Amino acid sequence: MQIETAPEPFSVIGANGDVGGHKVTLSDEELIQCYRTMLTVRAFDDVCMKLQRSGRIGFSVPNKGVEACQVGAASALRQSDFFFPSYRDFGMALYHGVHPVEMMHNMFGNNLDAARGRQMPVHFSFTDPIKYFSISSPIGTHLPQAVGAAYAHQMRGEDNVTLASFGDGGTSSLGFHSALNFAGVWKSPVIFLCQNNGWAISCPSDEQTASDGFAIKGAAYGVPGVTVDGNDVLAMHQAVSEAADRARRGEGPTLIEAVTYRMGGHSTSDDPSKYVPKETLEEWAEKDPVKRFREFLTVRGMWTEELESEWSAAAYEQVNSGAKEAESTEGPRLETIFSDVYAELPQHLRRQGEAAFDLAKRKGDADAGGGAFPL
Amino acid sequence: MPTLTLIQAVNDGLKVSMRQDESVLVFGEDVGPKGGVFLATEGLTAEFGKARCFDTPLSEDGIIGTAIGMAANGLRPVCEIQFQDFIFPAFDQIVSEAAKLRYRSGGQYTAPMVIRTPYGGGIRGGLYHSQSGEAYFAHTAGLKVVIPSTAYDAKGLLLAAIEDPDPVLFMEPKALYRHEKGEVPEGHYTVDLSTLRTVREGDNVTVFCYGSMVPVVEKAAAKAAEQGIQCEVVDLRTLLPLDEQGVLDAARKTGRCVIVHEAPRFCGYGAEISAMIAENIIEYMEAPVRRVTGFDTPFPNTLEHHYLPDERRVLDAIEEVARY
Ligand SMILES: Cc1ncc(C[n+]2csc(CCOP(=O)(O)OP(=O)(O)O)c2C)c(N)n1
Ligand SMILES: [Mg+2]
Repeated sequence: MQIETAPEPFSVIGANGDVGGHKVTLSDEELIQCYRTMLTVRAFDDVCMKLQRSGRIGFSVPNKGVEACQVGAASALRQSDFFFPSYRDFGMALYHGVHPVEMMHNMFGNNLDAARGRQMPVHFSFTDPIKYFSISSPIGTHLPQAVGAAYAHQMRGEDNVTLASFGDGGTSSLGFHSALNFAGVWKSPVIFLCQNNGWAISCPSDEQTASDGFAIKGAAYGVPGVTVDGNDVLAMHQAVSEAADRARRGEGPTLIEAVTYRMGGHSTSDDPSKYVPKETLEEWAEKDPVKRFREFLTVRGMWTEELESEWSAAAYEQVNSGAKEAESTEGPRLETIFSDVYAELPQHLRRQGEAAFDLAKRKGDADAGGGAFPL
Repeated sequence: MPTLTLIQAVNDGLKVSMRQDESVLVFGEDVGPKGGVFLATEGLTAEFGKARCFDTPLSEDGIIGTAIGMAANGLRPVCEIQFQDFIFPAFDQIVSEAAKLRYRSGGQYTAPMVIRTPYGGGIRGGLYHSQSGEAYFAHTAGLKVVIPSTAYDAKGLLLAAIEDPDPVLFMEPKALYRHEKGEVPEGHYTVDLSTLRTVREGDNVTVFCYGSMVPVVEKAAAKAAEQGIQCEVVDLRTLLPLDEQGVLDAARKTGRCVIVHEAPRFCGYGAEISAMIAENIIEYMEAPVRRVTGFDTPFPNTLEHHYLPDERRVLDAIEEVARY
């Protein structure tokens, strides 16, 4: 048997912004929304790095370099679709209209965060305007869950699809293999989006797998795999659109490998200079997804310096005012340690909550309020 | 004698072991060139080469499963699970396989290996970078569970664990990685597993603790002493198999006991100590046993300081049993 090797990644935007014979299906308005979302991701990223460095938030993950994967994929999906994102998918939420302040509530872990500050930063959860499934830290656990959510869509006869997003590292998890296997057997309306950004913390992707890329991994599960240029927002849009169409037609799942590069550290706790080769970073800086898209827009006459400053200023304004609002929002209330564990508070948690309030009051801690357990 | 932090002592222990025994190897996620996310394995790849200290794909199941095969075939793997919270994909390999291999083969096959993993809160890690899961593992026959609280013990217990014929889960209190410092002898030494450490002597109240809670209890005990309550503070160090005689002797000495851990209370490790006291020496008890623990909730992020047992909570319990 001959093993197929991965083809060159599919791309749309060529040198100098030229798309050659490719048809662009996004409207001008959508194209601008994509571009502006990418700028907002970059602003959000930048502001979070600074907030972390100055000790105002505890943690963040850089998204620089992978904005096109997120935004291109999101632009191909509807608000009624179900997103199972990773922690590094800021652009998916932003594209569909999650306001930066909502994300900032999570970054600051305050009382308006959906999780009431129980989760670490970048562990978002949204239901509106899109279903953006609550993010878990353990890698790969969400992938079979995405297949289950797709089963529910199938069963109700809806044509919604489910997007499961994960990294190159995620393909080594148990969840990845269970998910692809189930989705293949069930012909699930799922899009598996593997963002191969070159690294799983410090492990390079060629030590993550010996297979020729990640798209090929679908073959063994009967799931078609495609390799896409992840720094090309239009290629991402097209690949995810085609996978979504297939899924909506009942033809089953697709595995998309987006080839991209993590331009920052893994997180604010990481020092990538210890292991990322400088030359590779420089090479990828040339392929910057924002620059790439800007060249395309310029050719189309949709980009000018003035527009850029206007859009960028608007992005920073949204993000900065979101950060300000989130920072001045009150912290989670003490009872949120005990709420949402179960639908109904069991007796032993009531006892523990009462003790916590009593202690906080005796310590003169403002979190205690009047000292009575309010649940 | 050099003064090392707890994490430096772990690093030193690994080096000492790898220098003296070629069959010892270290692997896990990011333990190679990066030296581990907490730098426990810094410098190992440089000194011992890629065959003996290397990164693996992102699969805890793969890490522990391959370690079992290595151990069964003459190597001494010391693998790292990056955070104890991420050990669960390997639960099957640990609980069904490593822990039961000796029993199910009548000793023909064994899995002498060490699983090192940072556990516990205090770093604003939220639900999944803060958990204390020792009770899941202390419930597993065939496994040993060790938790050091000082730099000296971290190295000595780690070397003992590596040399032990059975699989050992070595849980490192990440909150103490850099805060806990102490004199650590150079070269090889061991601290026997299944021996507890008396941290402080006293006749009024016995406080059992381990890992990250030891310094918290020490502070509370110092406060208690100011009020004339002298505490016997016991660091259990090995949770399984436990130094049962040591526990009963220490409990009998005062007849008043407090048990402190940051893991949740329900079915937590403290329940075992309490039951052991009730079953064996209840007639010596002058007061009910009290537990100070984390809440029976997931681990919060912003409010973690309320979740973690602190000096005050421990002191409250000490005063209560002393007065009883
Ligand atoms: C089961 C599990 N093991 C280990 C970790 C620690 N960890 C967090 S992110 C990460 C690397 C993930 O790499 P990848 O899937 O490529 O995603 P990327 O961060 O590159 O976007 C690791 C090892 C984890 N979160 N979950
Ligand atoms: Mg990656």
